[in-house]
Amino acid sequence: MVMKRALAILTLLIIGYWMASALANVPFGADKMLVAQYYLNHVKAQTGAVNAVTAVVVNYRGFDTLGEVTVLFIASTGVAALLWRKKRERTAETEGSIVLTTGARLLFAFIVLFGAYIFIHGHLTPGGGFPGGATIATAFLMLYLAFSAYEIPHRSFEVTEGLAGMGYVAVGLIGLAIGSYFLFDWIWQTWGWGHSNIGRLFSAGFIPVIYTIIGIKVGTELSGIVDSMVKEGGE
Amino acid sequence: MNIGVYYFGAISLMLIGLYAILVKKNLLKILVGLSIMETGVNLLLISIGYIAGRSAPILSEGIGPNQAVDPIPQALVLTAIVIGVATTALALTVAINLYETYKTLNIEELRRLRG
Repeated sequence: MVMKRALAILTLLIIGYWMASALANVPFGADKMLVAQYYLNHVKAQTGAVNAVTAVVVNYRGFDTLGEVTVLFIASTGVAALLWRKKRERTAETEGSIVLTTGARLLFAFIVLFGAYIFIHGHLTPGGGFPGGATIATAFLMLYLAFSAYEIPHRSFEVTEGLAGMGYVAVGLIGLAIGSYFLFDWIWQTWGWGHSNIGRLFSAGFIPVIYTIIGIKVGTELSGIVDSMVKEGGE
Repeated sequence: MNIGVYYFGAISLMLIGLYAILVKKNLLKILVGLSIMETGVNLLLISIGYIAGRSAPILSEGIGPNQAVDPIPQALVLTAIVIGVATTALALTVAINLYETYKTLNIEELRRLRG
């Protein structure tokens, strides 16, 4: 055991020295961007978003993000499939304390509201669909912790999730029909909505639309993962 | 060799995570180690994109295209965090299944039970 630990620490020191000597040639804080400068110079004119990160995630690399959403979907399906039993139910024996139940009832709506705020304002402030959806999922996690018999409405959550996924593809296909390629930003470039509104809510073309879809999808998916993990299989 | 405090922190996080993966016997602790490693990689990517004296890449009043840091590593890390959550959830699910089948999370006992 001691031998194994010593060996592990020795290996780690070698790896650490190797990484540090490689990174010593990458100056910290130096201006080494080429593509990024193009994005920053053109982000307002080409996408209408002031937050360059979300413009890159949803607009310039929108197809990449569709793949990311697919990975998340496959993972949540995998969790549900691996934990599938004939009968799975909640086995918590005690209700949450009065503080937890009252707090959960009071805060649930506000947490969902805050999550929605994060994903609707993705093109203006830090955040976006993924953190917003995760925030919404924490609201459902809180309900699971507080009430021993609570379960999410499975049927409607699954339908919402599927519709959100199809909505993302539909937005991309409309771009393909109007413009020239999949996920073409038709709201901004063809319709020209919000060109006088940059920096306010109604701008940035399809970024708020797609981020709302992603937020709903991520929220329902993560709630589904929480649901699968909390429940225990009966025989 | 002169590396910044952020690179040092990122490398340290990666090594701490790798130590947990190499030495720990409990499956859950190994998964925690994987998550710590992931945090280190994310911190490394973000700190490579940093440019001294510049602000977050949100072009608001006073922040022009020449006063913002590199947005691309941040977008990539956003992706990496989400994929990290998904893979962690999947790994934990496998751990739950293993525990329900073998009633243990010790990897050496699991190895002995196999076959």
